[in-house]
Amino acid sequence: MSNRLINWFRFASPHTFYPLAGKMIPWFWTLAAVFGAAGLWLSFFVAPTDATQGEGYRIIFIHVPTSWMSMFIYMVMAGWAAMGLSLNARLSSMMAQALAPTGALMAFLSLWTGAFWGKPMWGTWWVWDARLTSELILFFLYLGFMSLQASIDDPRRADKAGAIVALVGVINVPIIYFSVKWWNTLHQGASVSINKSPSMAATMLWGMLLMALCLWMYSIAIALTRVRAIILEREAHTEWVKHLKEVSP
Amino acid sequence: MNWNSPAEFFAMGGYALYVWGSFGVCALAFLAEPFLIRKRHIDIVRTLRRQVSAEKLEMEHK
Repeated sequence: MSNRLINWFRFASPHTFYPLAGKMIPWFWTLAAVFGAAGLWLSFFVAPTDATQGEGYRIIFIHVPTSWMSMFIYMVMAGWAAMGLSLNARLSSMMAQALAPTGALMAFLSLWTGAFWGKPMWGTWWVWDARLTSELILFFLYLGFMSLQASIDDPRRADKAGAIVALVGVINVPIIYFSVKWWNTLHQGASVSINKSPSMAATMLWGMLLMALCLWMYSIAIALTRVRAIILEREAHTEWVKHLKEVSP
Repeated sequence: MNWNSPAEFFAMGGYALYVWGSFGVCALAFLAEPFLIRKRHIDIVRTLRRQVSAEKLEMEHK
């Protein structure tokens, strides 16, 4: 039996990662579509009406997944940025750069859907509650990371400056997560521990999990697509890019 | 099944604005983002092609 080791470092070069990412993207789109269809079906047709919030609670199925993803993408982005900083790996920094706009979008959608949920239930689009405020700071951290990188011409210096901002901002993620415990806020506690009748909690939980999986797969597909464009932009001077089939047919 | 008619589904028990306002904007965002990245990819490939053919022309005229 051959026990050959895959040389993972081979894929750490943009040259080898570019075609690999291209092959992976359709698979993640397929998974996103499957999870999304199942999640939406559960969210709208299986999960029963809520006793207190009526049909309005169905916003949970998009609000919670976008909020989770906004925090999770930030952690992954900071991880890639740290790797780019410590190992001086171009591709890691490009991955961080590719994740930032999607993370910002998730943070925005979390705030947007939260406002559309807060209006009918709390009677206000926005309050300066600990969780809402820390999520808004997360959104600004993404924007800060992106605009700082965009403002520095030398890409490697931009990577380093961005990585430091990303790493400092990591402190905000546990603050968001635990804000509902640490402060007495208007925002309700963690969704996954809702104590209602077991059958209800199960379909609601599955709806949320499937929607979160859908957004997870979507984010991977998007980040890989974006990193391919970033690779071409940043490696434009290299021979391998000039010899790509799509560039010189 | 929660709904007796499509109209009831779209009415969302009176929360139509909030439920569809949330899901609608998310759907738009998740459609727009891949489209914009696709455009970014096409733009850079076009620039690179132009660069490569310019280099080829230069070589031929030397």
